[in-house]
Amino acid sequence: MAWMAWTVPTAIFFCVIALALLTFTVLAIRYPETPRLGVLRIETTRGDRLFITLLGSAFINLAWLGTMSDPQWWALILCLVYATAVFRWV
Amino acid sequence: MEKTVNQKAWFLVLPVLVLVAFSAVIPLMTVVNYSVQDTFGNNEFYWAGLEWFSEMLDSERMWNALSRQLVFSAIILAIEVPLGIFVALNMPKKGFWASLCLVLMALPLLVPWNVVGTIWQIFGRVDIGLLGYTLDKIGIPYNYTQDFFAAWATVIIMDVWHWTSLVALLAYAGLQSIPDAYYQAAKIDQASRLAVFRFIELPKMQGVLMIAILLRFMDSFMIYTEPFVVTGGGPGNSTTFLSIDLVKMALGQFDLGPAAAFSIMYFLVILLISWVFYTVMTNLEKREGA
Amino acid sequence: MTLAATEISRPKSRVLPWVNGSAVVMTLYLVFLLLPIYWLLNMSLKTNTEILSTFSLWPQDLTFDNYRTILTDPSWYMGYVNSLIYVVINTVISISVALPAAYAFSRYHFMGDKHLFFWLLTNRMAPPAVFALPFFQLYSSVGLFDTHIAVALAHCLFNVPLAVWILEGFMRGVPKEIDETAYIDGYSFGRFFMKIFMPLIASGIGVAAFFCFMFSWVELLLSRTLTSVDAKSIAATMTRTVSASGMDWGVLAAAGVLTIVPGALVIYFVRNYIAKGFALGRV
Repeated sequence: MAWMAWTVPTAIFFCVIALALLTFTVLAIRYPETPRLGVLRIETTRGDRLFITLLGSAFINLAWLGTMSDPQWWALILCLVYATAVFRWV
Repeated sequence: MEKTVNQKAWFLVLPVLVLVAFSAVIPLMTVVNYSVQDTFGNNEFYWAGLEWFSEMLDSERMWNALSRQLVFSAIILAIEVPLGIFVALNMPKKGFWASLCLVLMALPLLVPWNVVGTIWQIFGRVDIGLLGYTLDKIGIPYNYTQDFFAAWATVIIMDVWHWTSLVALLAYAGLQSIPDAYYQAAKIDQASRLAVFRFIELPKMQGVLMIAILLRFMDSFMIYTEPFVVTGGGPGNSTTFLSIDLVKMALGQFDLGPAAAFSIMYFLVILLISWVFYTVMTNLEKREGA
Repeated sequence: MTLAATEISRPKSRVLPWVNGSAVVMTLYLVFLLLPIYWLLNMSLKTNTEILSTFSLWPQDLTFDNYRTILTDPSWYMGYVNSLIYVVINTVISISVALPAAYAFSRYHFMGDKHLFFWLLTNRMAPPAVFALPFFQLYSSVGLFDTHIAVALAHCLFNVPLAVWILEGFMRGVPKEIDETAYIDGYSFGRFFMKIFMPLIASGIGVAAFFCFMFSWVELLLSRTLTSVDAKSIAATMTRTVSASGMDWGVLAAAGVLTIVPGALVIYFVRNYIAKGFALGRV
């Protein structure tokens, strides 16, 4: 495993993603998913919204890194806002 | 077909899951790990944070490669899709000639990608290649290793040669699925050739054309071997597309950190485009089914 | 196809009544496709002096020396053998893991099925350039570098998703009643799958195998990165020899022609399904 060059932050990062996947799986077992039509006019389930959130967050972080000089924490806050919006309206 | 809900089906998918996790997830995790660290060899790594990402976002080199890539993909889609449809419309419908056309058209698709490069490398040379020799004799200056325009033209024609058949074969498959009754109805209505194409053939080809555009876009977006063999990314950097640049960085210079950061951004773009295509495609299927 | 349909599908106004417009288009297109391949064949049958000294549309001094060089020199022909070995291993692995998965996708709904399917798709779309470096590190660390199995496993990255897609498309076309009848007749899943289901989708399996074979055969970047001597592929042999021997055009062309042969042979068997295969079974 040495060649994979693990670091604490990346390990935490993957744990968070794994945890999110696990949570959503448990949620899907407890409360079955029902697709709905959101503002994008496409059918999404809870899992789809998680994917849109994660992918969007990646791009938000990159955009922040490329254009702003403020610390990266602000981008994460922006991602939270984005996540709420996705889960509410998409 | 009506599918039944059966969670045990997961066991059938398990082998694929394990295999693809091994060959996709582990490497991707490694790439993420490399992207936040610096190394001087010997498996010694130092924390670098998001440095590589901001470096790559500021680098001219990456943005240039990306814009070249987008221009290239746009050009070949603009040529291959209409040409492919046009060829498919003119293909024999059945019998010996149809089979012959299918086999001959599929031939370029089966040529190993480096041999595609070799073929055009030879074909385009002014001294020994038919294309280069002819152009030279007509009086058109043509040298794909020196001239920017000639290099691009060669790479684009090579891709058209290599992949137009894919679009044509897909469009042909779509056309084959149209029942004769549609054409007969059109004939009774005295529909023009254009109207038949616009209102019968094109809608029926929609699904397969989506697949064709998706495959062509994605494959052109990660093109490496063919232009690498022909031009080596030159003259200068004029045909250095994303993959060529990335391989140069990762395996040529062994700059693990920047290459990994580059890889992640490359992959995110691919992920986004795949998702958009997939969503549009499944929604199309649903609408057709409804 | 009936007469009416064929008449409509052709343009009505022809400039020359005895020339068929479609035939002209197809001829032009096929000439465009075949000319470069012919030129490669032409080169491979010439001596190097002839290639460089005279320009001719066909070999003046026909020679098979270039082919003889390749077929007698182990550093050349072992390239073909190595390529064939990993391509076959890859095809077998891909098809055998893809069959049950494709069955699951075509017959059942299960939790996360759509997301799983999409994830497989992204692997087909992922650029090999992104994976080249981590694959190199991964297979070096487990001691598989420069083996056939390493390349075969690496190619599974895009071939397994492809096989699942194609097979799923073909399996959709088999009515579900067949499964149910078999189960009522007392078949176990395994026996039903082997005895009844697989023969029904034999053409689909053939097409999927063909595509796995093809995409593994044409790939260069991963096979070159993961091998050095023992499992060196023909593609890598070709690119390396180009720089080393000072452009031996004749041999290079002959090697190229020989790489096209296997594909051209197998394509004959799947000619009626190629289009459907490329559409991932979705026509």
